[in-house]
Amino acid sequence: MNSVTLQNIKKTYDKGNVLAVDDVSFEVKEGELFGLIGPDGAGKTSIFRILTTLLLADSGSASVAGFDVVKDYRAIRNSVGYMPGKFSLYQDLTIRENLQFFATVFGTTVEANYDLIKDIYEQIKPFNNRRAGKLSGGMKQKLALCCALIHKPNVLLLDEPTTGVDVVSRREFWEMLKKLKMQGITILVSTPYMDEASLCERIALIQNGKIMSVDTPDKIIGSYPVDLYAVKSENIYKLLVDLRAYGEVASCYAFGEFLHVTMKEGSGAEQIEKYASGKGHQHVVANKIEPGIEDSFIRLMSVRDATKS
Amino acid sequence: MKQLLVFIRKEFFHVFRDRRTLLIMFGLPVVQIVLFGFALSSEVKNIDIIIYDNAKDVNSTQIINKIKASSYFIMDKEVTTYSDIEKEFKKGDAKCALVFPANFGSDLVATGKAQVQIIADGSDPNIAKTVVNYITAIVSDYQQEINPAGQMQYKINPEMRMLYNEEQNGSLNFIPGVMALILMIVCTALTSVSIVKEKELGTMEVLLVSPFKPVLVLISKAVPYLILSLANFTLILFLSVYVLDVEIKGSIFLLFVESTLFIITCLSLGLLISNATNSQQAALLLSLMGMMLPTLIFTGFLMPLENMPVPFQVISNIVPARWYYLIIKSVMLKGLGFEFVWKETLVLISMTVVLLSIALKKFKIRLQ
Repeated sequence: MNSVTLQNIKKTYDKGNVLAVDDVSFEVKEGELFGLIGPDGAGKTSIFRILTTLLLADSGSASVAGFDVVKDYRAIRNSVGYMPGKFSLYQDLTIRENLQFFATVFGTTVEANYDLIKDIYEQIKPFNNRRAGKLSGGMKQKLALCCALIHKPNVLLLDEPTTGVDVVSRREFWEMLKKLKMQGITILVSTPYMDEASLCERIALIQNGKIMSVDTPDKIIGSYPVDLYAVKSENIYKLLVDLRAYGEVASCYAFGEFLHVTMKEGSGAEQIEKYASGKGHQHVVANKIEPGIEDSFIRLMSVRDATKS
Repeated sequence: MKQLLVFIRKEFFHVFRDRRTLLIMFGLPVVQIVLFGFALSSEVKNIDIIIYDNAKDVNSTQIINKIKASSYFIMDKEVTTYSDIEKEFKKGDAKCALVFPANFGSDLVATGKAQVQIIADGSDPNIAKTVVNYITAIVSDYQQEINPAGQMQYKINPEMRMLYNEEQNGSLNFIPGVMALILMIVCTALTSVSIVKEKELGTMEVLLVSPFKPVLVLISKAVPYLILSLANFTLILFLSVYVLDVEIKGSIFLLFVESTLFIITCLSLGLLISNATNSQQAALLLSLMGMMLPTLIFTGFLMPLENMPVPFQVISNIVPARWYYLIIKSVMLKGLGFEFVWKETLVLISMTVVLLSIALKKFKIRLQ
């Protein structure tokens, strides 16, 4: 049973001049924590707005909680919980007022579904009488989540909930999502942070409006076809230039303090070290490592670019 | 229903927590009433006057004393030649002069007729006219005094009063215009801004993805401003009566009914503007520039519509404030009843119906 389905959804802006979502199809199963991972401008927000019936797709069909986004838009609006990418609560109302307002708008009360938001709400409750505009980024997100949850939705759509939030609050936020998932709520969440991908059950990697891959994070990483090496030396920039010039190197890009390198058929760590030392690099270290989601993403991107050109 | 009430309460929170809105809402009427009532008054006071008295007899001195006693004139110069008058005029030291001929008093006693010459600076025709009127009135007043009771020895009695702004109250005609202007600005601008604000801050996005009907958003936006505008209207009435001494001649109930109608017209306009714009600045600009200027020009309270070219007169018909101005003027200043303003009321009602239905029809239930 799928909670969210998209079939060949296409969306353009500016009378068709800007392609935002390009033939996107994927499903989110009931009770799943699904991540839509991609950089800014990949089309994540457009997809969310199509699912929340705020935008009409140019073509294709989609449904949320069994309702068609065009035909049954009213039913979807009644039943989903939505948290837009931009903080969208009333800045001049206090935490309590915001919560009560949204509870009433959704035809319920704060008390009726208190158990659902309790864990999250307790954290911001000491600031009950503070205006939302004066809250920190993390607290704003918690309040927004409370407001999105207040009517006990079956499906929760969260558009970049952790953008602009500090690391600790981000981690706390994901813990909350896991708890919500255990209550049986289907969650579709988007994020530009690749490291958050592993916290989802399944993910879709999206770039330039196109879905590159949909699978569990492990499987996406596992399908990385070649060996990946982390390389470093004294002069990391010169090393990057040198390795890119090396004929045996398939790809090379900076990743934190290392360079992530893949080789053409048959080559390994020793070749890299030998070549780099030959170029005069000191303290060259090359280790085979497990690829991460970001490596998969970069590889999928370059493969797509290659097939396109 | 409960949703609506909570929404309306939320709107009141917005208004009362935003000092700027409050200031526009209640500061504007006070400032405008004071400005239009006092600063822009058409009364002329403290006019510099020159006396050229060739007669220097009892009668001329008595008239001069009467002018001195009046608060409208400042008399600090007497000249001795006729040409001095023009010199003073050219220097800008005087706006008018009063010339008594050499045998003013004896003429008056002997023949029952005498002449005085009033010279006024015609470069400002309005002031000149007013000044001439003032002096003529004083002179005719004097004539009546020297006439023995019951005998009309001197029959020069110019009819002054019509020209003479009887009560010396210049703010009278401005009040209905200012009312129209303020209600127009407050209702149209604030309503449109408050809806566009929801769009700009993204809260509209959340509201749209909720069971709350979009049309109810409009209603709950309009209701608080309707109430606040009525409070505003009351404030303007109070200011007019107690600060500017304007007498309300007609039915106050009728005034309120007509004003409510006009407020709804303005609210519909505001809703319409909010549909068309996406930023608070654009909404504010459109409602201030697009509404204030036409209201000022085409309402007819600053300049008479009759003096405008015909195309402008035609355009003025589609400005709601024009009709409201006519109604308020009739009811408040002339004391007329509904039977005299039903046509204007009908025009306003149909405007409201058209504007409101367009606004409701055009209201976007999605983001694009």
